[in-house]
Amino acid sequence: MFKPILPTLRMTMVLALVTGIILPLAVTGIARMVFKEQADGSLVRQANGQIIGSVLIGQNFAKPEYFHARPSAAGSGYGAEASSGTNLGPTSEKLVNGAKDFPSVRQLAEQYKKENELELSAIIPVDAVTRSGSGLDPHISPENALLQAKRVAKARNLSESAVKDLVRAHTENRQLGFLGEPRINVLMLNLALDKLHD
Amino acid sequence: MNFDRFLQYFVFLACVTLLVKPIGSYMAKVFRRETTFLDPLALPIERLTHKLCGIDPEQQMNWKEYAFAFVWITLWGTLLLYLVFSIQQFLPWFYPKYMSTPMTPDLALNTALSFVTTSTWQAYGGETTMSYTSQMLALVTGNFLGGAAGLAVGMCFIRGFANSRDERLGNFYVDFFRALYWLLLPISFLGSLALIAQGVPMNFNPYTTAIGLEGQPQIIAQGPVAVLEIIKNLGTNGGGFFNVNGAHPYANPTPLTNFIGMLAIAVLPAAFTYTFGSLTERKREGWTLYILMAILFSIGIFSCDWFESKGNPLLTEKIQLSEPANLEGKETRFGIAQSVLTAITTSNTSTGSYNSMHDSYTPLGGMVPLVDMLIGQFIFGGLGGGLYGIILWVLITMFVVGLMVGRTPEYLGEKIGPKEMKLIALYILVTPLTVLILAAIAVATKDGLAGLTTNIGPHGATSIVYAYASCNANNGQNFAGLSANSPFYNVTTAIAMLTGRFALSIPAIALAGRFSLQPTRNPTQGTMPSDTPTFAVVFIATVFVIGALSYFPILVLGPVVEHFLMYEGRLF
Repeated sequence: MFKPILPTLRMTMVLALVTGIILPLAVTGIARMVFKEQADGSLVRQANGQIIGSVLIGQNFAKPEYFHARPSAAGSGYGAEASSGTNLGPTSEKLVNGAKDFPSVRQLAEQYKKENELELSAIIPVDAVTRSGSGLDPHISPENALLQAKRVAKARNLSESAVKDLVRAHTENRQLGFLGEPRINVLMLNLALDKLHD
Repeated sequence: MNFDRFLQYFVFLACVTLLVKPIGSYMAKVFRRETTFLDPLALPIERLTHKLCGIDPEQQMNWKEYAFAFVWITLWGTLLLYLVFSIQQFLPWFYPKYMSTPMTPDLALNTALSFVTTSTWQAYGGETTMSYTSQMLALVTGNFLGGAAGLAVGMCFIRGFANSRDERLGNFYVDFFRALYWLLLPISFLGSLALIAQGVPMNFNPYTTAIGLEGQPQIIAQGPVAVLEIIKNLGTNGGGFFNVNGAHPYANPTPLTNFIGMLAIAVLPAAFTYTFGSLTERKREGWTLYILMAILFSIGIFSCDWFESKGNPLLTEKIQLSEPANLEGKETRFGIAQSVLTAITTSNTSTGSYNSMHDSYTPLGGMVPLVDMLIGQFIFGGLGGGLYGIILWVLITMFVVGLMVGRTPEYLGEKIGPKEMKLIALYILVTPLTVLILAAIAVATKDGLAGLTTNIGPHGATSIVYAYASCNANNGQNFAGLSANSPFYNVTTAIAMLTGRFALSIPAIALAGRFSLQPTRNPTQGTMPSDTPTFAVVFIATVFVIGALSYFPILVLGPVVEHFLMYEGRLF
């Protein structure tokens, strides 16, 4: 019964050394050489070197001249130091009717229609009014982006068709042709919008 | 189900199926210590390791020695993790400003047990609790330990069936390092590089401060993410680097990383059925086990997809949405298909690495992973555990059939006598006893109900049952709305994890010991064949009758009643 005490203790030590120290350091070393950008978190910088964010991490947009991301439950909205979904169940009073400082899905839909000057009977993309699992979703659906194009074009004095073309050019298809969903990276789309004026 | 989603499920199952034979026969070679292509690299390291640990590779163990070695390494692993957590504030890469959840003794103990038992239940949020040293030295090590030990126990179980009048079940130490150096370590190494190429970070930088396009500051958590993300799936553990696990865009940036992760989870346990068939020299039986797994897996996928794509009527009836799908708690890049695929793969394999918030699933959509965990993690299942899980269900089926025709049941030439049946009954009773009693305590006490901070009503009841089902199944996924970081939940979930790990594996090892000593009999005319469609139907019926009926009352009180109330428009 007690015979394995010493061998298993030594095994635990060896394991900690091999998998807890050597492996992570070796992988980090190789990653720094081969995939430096990705290993450092795919950060996006301005010309002066200031970090704007990460390609992979969503951020808040509220101004009319930018495309807006999905609503978020992480921190006070896109808090990338504390990822979180709402975790509200389907029969949650809070999710359906809202609470203090927490707009319900219906209120989010009303706000979305108002911002984008849509008719009351307009059909709304699901992703525009639901909060993602991480609260850091960097993407929106192409339908969502196209519905926002009119507002963005107006705020920037651009033609709606030019903005829609940009949206289409930034649409990522299913990966390898079949995996996941078609999507648009909001930060990259907004950066491209800013460049249109230069 | 539309074609886009069907294709994603189909390709996944096809990839797993194609890999069963090559990986399964490779594993058979590895554990028989035959020549493989990795020998030039792995053999010298193995020899050095044996020397360092004082292991005699020729020593053979009986079932008791094997079981004790397994228990001891779990204990040492727990102690190591507990120590690292307790002193993490004195070790490098600890940022007190962001890692603000206090590492209380009950949380440290719960987490340590959770990782070495492959439960990886997380009562904490990774980026707000764990230093990089803890993530690396404690959690990565714990993941490898749990996975390798699980595979070793699975091998011991297989040898029990392969042996005839022999008590030698192999050497736990040798099996452990074979699993490590020939399987887990090389695959993790390559896999983590693939994940990094897709965007998973691997650095030791402090949290990044960014100024967003609209001028708002954003703090972005960083860390050595990739190494943990690959072994959490490969070792069927599931505990992620970040609070939201596989939903976090750093942990799982693209649909491809998700697909790789799901393959990493399912392939080894699926291929282990082939290893079983190969070592017992009954390949047809091995394939039968795999086909049973694949059928039950598909049933889970179709039912969960059905409810999630129909969405929540409380929302769709009031708001005109472009499609009714339930995207609350799901990521745009994954949509319904990759979310459902992940929910079903992880809930079946004692891997808690969800990529969408199961708490926000529709009532019956969320019930599918719950049932998967309750019936015992054998549809692919955990490393090692999945195989003995499904075989124990086969033995029960044989017992039920034996009762019908009045013969002593047999499987692969091993007689299932009263003593064997007692061990099997023990195995079957552990889960309902643990889950139902602990859940009853939780709903009857103030401390238990205090966890219901996000959801109440039938959904709250489901989240409590989900927690214990998950811990007992050594799964670790959760209805994250339950506030589980309290002494009450940290202690009770730890109990469920311990019974789930040891009260399930020790009877399985003991059973292997008994079968190992039996002579293997040749089939007679009265033997029920276990590789026919008839058997498959009886098997699935047995699983549903015995597995599902044990939990029927609690499922009715939770998800089923919530489903009907949702269609009536009731809110909580």
